[in-house]
Amino acid sequence: MAGKIIKIAGPLVIAELPAVKMYDVVRVGDRRLIGEIIEIKTDSIAIQVYEETAGLKPGEPVETTGEPLSVMLAPGLITTIFDGIQRPLERIRAKYGAFIAKGADIPALDLEKKWKFVPEAKIGDTLKAGDTLGFVQETPAVKHLIMLPPLSAGGKLKSLKSGEFNITETIAVLSGPDGREEKIAMLQKWPIRKKRPYVQKLPPNKPLITGQRIIDTFFPVAKGGTACIPGPFGSGKTVVQHQLAKWADADLIVYIGCGERGNEMTDVLQEFPHLKDPQTGEALIKRTVLIANTSNMPVAAREASVYTGITIAEYFRDMGYDVAMMADSTSRWAEALREMSGRLEEMPGEEGYPAYLGSRLAEFYERSGRVLSLGTAGREGTLSVIGAVSPPGGDLSEPVTQNTLRVAKVFWALDSALAYARHFPAINWLKSYSLYLDNLKEYYLSNVDEEWPRMRVQAASLLQQESELQEMVKLVGADALSGRERLVLEAARSLREDYLHQVAFDETDTYTSFRKQYLLLKSVLAFYQAGEKLLRQNKDIEQVFRLPVRAKIARMKYMPENKLAELENLPAEILQTIDALA
Amino acid sequence: MQKEYKSVAEIAGPLILVEGVEKAGYEELVEIRAAGGELRRGKVLEVHRDWTLVQMFEGTSGLDKAASARFLGRGVELPVSPDMLGRMYSGSGQARDGGPEIIAEKNLDINGLAINPTARAYPNDFIQTGISTIDGLNTLVRGQKLPIFSCSGLPHARLAAQIARQAQVAGDQQAEFSVVFGALGITYEEAEFFMNDFRRTGAVTRAVLFINLADDPAIERIATPRLALTAAEYLAFEKGHHVLVILADITSYCESLREVSAARKEIPGRRGFPGYLYTDLSTLYERAGRLQDKPGSITLLPILTMPEDDKTHPIPDLTGYITEGQIILDRSLHQRGIYPPVNPLPSLSRLRDKGIGEGRTREDHANVANQLFAAYARGREAKELAVILGESALGDDDKKFARFSEEFEDRFIRQGENENRTIEETLSLGWELFKLLPEEQLKRLKPEQIEKYLR
Repeated sequence: MAGKIIKIAGPLVIAELPAVKMYDVVRVGDRRLIGEIIEIKTDSIAIQVYEETAGLKPGEPVETTGEPLSVMLAPGLITTIFDGIQRPLERIRAKYGAFIAKGADIPALDLEKKWKFVPEAKIGDTLKAGDTLGFVQETPAVKHLIMLPPLSAGGKLKSLKSGEFNITETIAVLSGPDGREEKIAMLQKWPIRKKRPYVQKLPPNKPLITGQRIIDTFFPVAKGGTACIPGPFGSGKTVVQHQLAKWADADLIVYIGCGERGNEMTDVLQEFPHLKDPQTGEALIKRTVLIANTSNMPVAAREASVYTGITIAEYFRDMGYDVAMMADSTSRWAEALREMSGRLEEMPGEEGYPAYLGSRLAEFYERSGRVLSLGTAGREGTLSVIGAVSPPGGDLSEPVTQNTLRVAKVFWALDSALAYARHFPAINWLKSYSLYLDNLKEYYLSNVDEEWPRMRVQAASLLQQESELQEMVKLVGADALSGRERLVLEAARSLREDYLHQVAFDETDTYTSFRKQYLLLKSVLAFYQAGEKLLRQNKDIEQVFRLPVRAKIARMKYMPENKLAELENLPAEILQTIDALA
Repeated sequence: MQKEYKSVAEIAGPLILVEGVEKAGYEELVEIRAAGGELRRGKVLEVHRDWTLVQMFEGTSGLDKAASARFLGRGVELPVSPDMLGRMYSGSGQARDGGPEIIAEKNLDINGLAINPTARAYPNDFIQTGISTIDGLNTLVRGQKLPIFSCSGLPHARLAAQIARQAQVAGDQQAEFSVVFGALGITYEEAEFFMNDFRRTGAVTRAVLFINLADDPAIERIATPRLALTAAEYLAFEKGHHVLVILADITSYCESLREVSAARKEIPGRRGFPGYLYTDLSTLYERAGRLQDKPGSITLLPILTMPEDDKTHPIPDLTGYITEGQIILDRSLHQRGIYPPVNPLPSLSRLRDKGIGEGRTREDHANVANQLFAAYARGREAKELAVILGESALGDDDKKFARFSEEFEDRFIRQGENENRTIEETLSLGWELFKLLPEEQLKRLKPEQIEKYLR
């Protein structure tokens, strides 16, 4: 079916093309640019074009493919970097050079490459959608399960091959319930705007361990949960996202650079192959899929990039993996939505954003979760979504932040005042929250320490008291404070400087295991408790502030994980030293 | 030979509507001949089967419906060759220095193409600007885009000129270095200041200048930075130069963009700026960088004045979200006579940590910088407290930090306009200042560093 272009305005093209479906992919113009139908009117359709439209002319042909925008799902995804509509950037570079040429047309995955398929199902088995046929060891870190696609009718397995195949070759044949044969290849396709089906959602019950102290201790995100990081520029959103992508204990990471800096993606590409996963010891890139639609790449593809990313993430979730997805930044996606909405001359909602912004954001975050996937094996997978938000002027009252806060369960509030003082991660401990603490309590009690929830509350209360006392200091000066109040200020300062402050660029400090977090927090709190004891005996508290053992607390975070044994006795040592003063 | 259309139907602000055009391409270059014979240029902003909307670079004053339009079948292009060095162009790319047109090696589309992120090389070559607040705290690296956020009345031009004069990469003297300067709606005097400086230092022979002054057509400004960056891309990625691009003033550029958007009756975003301002600015800033298989680099130093000194205004705000940090000038430092009035606390270089340290600058660089930041922030806080309560209300430590912050401003931030400090001098200065503080408060420094440099 072919039609003609009527009008071109930026990424929006209006064309005459009868009998099409919403969100079908069309090829636009002589250069066959990729576009998607976003509006159908009586005599014309509106298309958002995913590529640069310069040079396009009215009258050029438009052709529908009759299919919605879909991603290719098969071995070959991992370690690859794609653009917003899943074009492989490395192979585009090999073919077109350092700059992205217009109309570059390369399939997302290598169709020729042979993968070693290991069958696991047995001939004669009755299989249904989601059941595994076998696997491909895609990277040392990821065993890529080959599953029956979610829409497969299922049936009796008639044949199953073993050996090396490319992703489009038939590896299995099923005889379906109505006697029809279904040929299965490794490749599946799935439309990006539709969530992949599962049997049931389950409440999250394990933390996503990130090695970042303020996150793991104070504001944890659960596996299958959602978190958002709003913050003005320069407050460290991207560094936090990178840290999570590096150290989170997920099986698989999908990282989406949505409308952000080109160099940040380059950084990931160059750094990840050299970093080792603390759990498996493999290079981090071996568990990572990257989507890069940098700010200067076409705006419509930016809108698609988050859906491309989350669909790939869901695919791996269905294999029973813990998948974590980072989107940096969802504001750019919302802005792309706004730009297209403006060009469609839709009635704007708040700040020019379309009225459907809130529902689109909610739909997107709801694709996260801990689920029971399709298939008889009852695999349990999780998909955690962590979205950065870039509020204009750092003003959190703007629509994207507000709509995100309504759906995301963890809020890491980045604070420019902390960033100016180079306190990183600049997550404000008074404004941030996590709604997963109750879900995770069980886990902490059995895996960290029985004391842990209480220690956390005590530390949080010290920080809260500090902020109140600081107000007072501003009014009446530090001299007017009592000994107890000065002890609170000192303990809170130690918490901030020795515990919450964490250097992402320091080899040791960049990742802190839960055991080390426990010892570190216990030491800081021991200092406070011992001080309290002195106060009860009416001793001068100032002498405690200058004890040399405090320097030990300050240096603790630079102690490598393999020397943790040296720290085990520190909390006790602190108590003893201070007791000696009593 | 292209058809000439005499079917101008509407003229509004910088826009012209031409009817009945066959096959005009989006973003195509258009030549409009006024009734008097004068030739002006524009580009296609929107095409419809029945009409074409053209945005004029040189404005529409004096045009009438009798004007004729020719569609050139290509986008706006810049003829490039190595002879461009030492030349001065107008904001729309015509020779402005009275010299002959260059013999072009080729013509390049001024919109450029997006760099494939896989082809980028991560910028990590330290550039020594000789300015302590930049080198020590907010280090510039080759291929970075680092804007100067200034306010009206502050010496941003002097600072940019000093950087252009002093910038050098350690141990790399033979690489070709050139400057591309894009003046976007600045005054004659300010442009003359830059040119004088380039002439005085001889930099002018390796500079390409694109000048759109405050009284030149405002709409032309939309093309000017693209011309400058196209010239820079050619010099960097085809001729292997290390190019420093200075664009001043981005605020005027954004206002021109707003003018066109308003004329098109688009739904405005914040403060009347179009919703696509972020995307538009990113297509400028993201052209900076380095490539893996090419020797050159583009380092971009845009200057913008923050309206009402407001960092949350959309122009600095969106710029900050795209660029790799920002150098923020501060009015109160300037009023205390401190040059350069760089406020280190809100300033930031995102690429600093990859460009410094052992083998690049010195192993203690990152820690010294972090300690200076932390101590200065605490000192400023202490001073604010002293304003309310009087200095006697401060604790001993706070007094020391307050003193530190004064000395820091006076000795570290303040320096001469021709003072070119090496990175060693900058770091040593930092260590000297640390002597003012109690040692147990130097938490960001490593014990072995304190041992080596403080004693």
